[in-house]
Amino acid sequence: MSRADIFASIQRGLGRRQASAAERAAVEQRLNAKAPNLIPARGQLSGEALQQLFISMAQEASAEIIELTRIQEVPQAAALWLQEKGIEELVLASDPELQALDWSSTQGVLRREGVAQAGDLASLTLAFAGIAETGTLMLYSHPDSPTSLNFLPDNHLLILRRVDLVGVYEEAWNKLRTQVGENWPRTVNMITGPSRSADIEQKLQMGAHGPRRLVIFLID
Amino acid sequence: MQIRSPEFKQNARIALTDVGLQKALGNVKTGFPDKRAKAVARMPEFDALRDQARDLKNHILQHLDLYLEIFEANVIKQGGQVHWCRTAEDARQTILRLCQEAGAKTVTKGKSMVSEEINLNAHLEAHGIQPVETDLGEYILQLRGDHPSHIIAPAIHLNLEDVSETFHQHHHKPKSMDAAVLMQEARETLREKFVVADVGITGANFLVAETGSTLIVTNEGNGDLTQTLPKTHIVVSSIEKVVPTLEDMSLFLRLLARSATGQEFTVYNTLSSGTKRLGDQDGPEAFHVVLVDNGRSDMLGGELQEMLRCIRCAACMNHCPVYGAIGGHAYGWVYPGPMGSVLTPQMIGIEQAALLPNASTFCGKCEEVCPVRIPLPKLMRHWRKNEFERHLTPQAARWGLGIWAFFAKRPSLYRLLSRISNLSLRSLAGKKQRIEKLPFGQAWTQMRDMPAPSGKTFMQQWQARNKTGHNS
Repeated sequence: MSRADIFASIQRGLGRRQASAAERAAVEQRLNAKAPNLIPARGQLSGEALQQLFISMAQEASAEIIELTRIQEVPQAAALWLQEKGIEELVLASDPELQALDWSSTQGVLRREGVAQAGDLASLTLAFAGIAETGTLMLYSHPDSPTSLNFLPDNHLLILRRVDLVGVYEEAWNKLRTQVGENWPRTVNMITGPSRSADIEQKLQMGAHGPRRLVIFLID
Repeated sequence: MQIRSPEFKQNARIALTDVGLQKALGNVKTGFPDKRAKAVARMPEFDALRDQARDLKNHILQHLDLYLEIFEANVIKQGGQVHWCRTAEDARQTILRLCQEAGAKTVTKGKSMVSEEINLNAHLEAHGIQPVETDLGEYILQLRGDHPSHIIAPAIHLNLEDVSETFHQHHHKPKSMDAAVLMQEARETLREKFVVADVGITGANFLVAETGSTLIVTNEGNGDLTQTLPKTHIVVSSIEKVVPTLEDMSLFLRLLARSATGQEFTVYNTLSSGTKRLGDQDGPEAFHVVLVDNGRSDMLGGELQEMLRCIRCAACMNHCPVYGAIGGHAYGWVYPGPMGSVLTPQMIGIEQAALLPNASTFCGKCEEVCPVRIPLPKLMRHWRKNEFERHLTPQAARWGLGIWAFFAKRPSLYRLLSRISNLSLRSLAGKKQRIEKLPFGQAWTQMRDMPAPSGKTFMQQWQARNKTGHNS
């Protein structure tokens, strides 16, 4: 039996059989404490400085930032962006917050809800958090947030609230733990800019398999 | 994959004269080290993070059985299963069985070096299942019947012309020399594969004990499409990749991208935990983690244990003058460069891989850039010693070492001899101060001239300095 063999071999290498009570306690302690390791100074900011770091890091990773104030402004801003790109369709996460918006300003854009299909040109989803240290977005899967929306469409549009900005990854993990409790999601995505590859001669090309463009609507 | 490590010398000789390969390798030397250096310079805490990462890996390895048990329990809690595989053969069989049980005809694959290590693709193909590599580099190689020559940039040995020709043959489209057009072709072709695949296989960069999750790191998003669209997601990974918590994973992630590609962060870092949840509109219905040992547990408790800290960033090979000169294929198996020269003897046997740990100048650059501070030269020296003890070292080399040892143990004789050889080498070199032919050293002088010693011996200079008081 492979499992028993592997554990026996590990324990042989460690020069012991079953772990001691002290070793078990050390492991338990580490898992329970969830203590952060060294956190770089860069992300330890707040307020305006935090937002500016997020924006500059996300832009450096080739994400597009559109600053708004209210979520109610998103349908029009999205319609405008799509119009500029000549795109006439949009798949939305089936989120009550998106459903509650007034979409009348997006006439001419065919809207659909649910999972993405191959060939979809654009999706709109809600980000759970924005992480300033590297301009990274965090999203997680749940019934109103299918993962395929983050990868299949050519263009990924996201809404991120300024209050959901955090400095570093550790803060985002804690925020997620608080949010989901015992119901850990199947998928957590950390996304930093649009898809790319340098596999041909190490020259960077944008839009490998995931979205070619990543647009962040930053709202209050 | 066929083992060609015993022919390392011949492989290297061919590589040095391969014009296309040499051109392609130029992209390693000019690209990776500069990008890494810039990213490191932007992170003042980088060295402190490396120290913590080293210590954390050591802690994990000392408690490896415990963390793996907890990881397994949490995978099950999230609706997944863990399959333990002692050997590469066990792993191949297990994955084949899982694919057959899923009724799979085609499987999409994200990039996974462990799957190369266990030679998975050939095994699936032999049993009527078509694996489709989806990482752009891996896809190019699969079409060419080729293998990765680098652990994070698998097609680094190819040039644009090669890719252009391969795609022209397989995609039946007009030949293009525009990398963007070629990538678009791959995107369109693979999109159809993603949608119809029955099973998606990915690797894992980390296994998180706290949540029973696996994490993949990609820039393309191919791994995400691979694991989101099919009904079954199989993760193939190895036992040393477990980390305790998400905080601990974050420590390694801060080091990984910067050390690998010089990015601040890789585009997609994706955590997968079990099967899709009640009400989820997409995601896999089955989640399997196949954990491979394949010689790793035997490295615990010995000198090679430190190698188990490796997070597969490829910084060691990106900075290696030997790798930079000959590329990855010359090493003759899955893992090239300094990390491969330590791992390969463990996995395929020192008898077959003895030349690899010898293919190093011990310049120490690999250790200098390693994010988890693996003493790679020391570990290569471990294998050289092992090779010598097993009498695998060629007879001529053994004699040479014996003669050197005789003098080295007799300092005054050694100094006398070095003075004599110093003088004779300088007279042999003549006016040009270059030696074109060296007695017993043809292997060196066939390829290049040997520079003549520039002055007095080290000991003579040392004594002279001490006398004049310049010894500080």
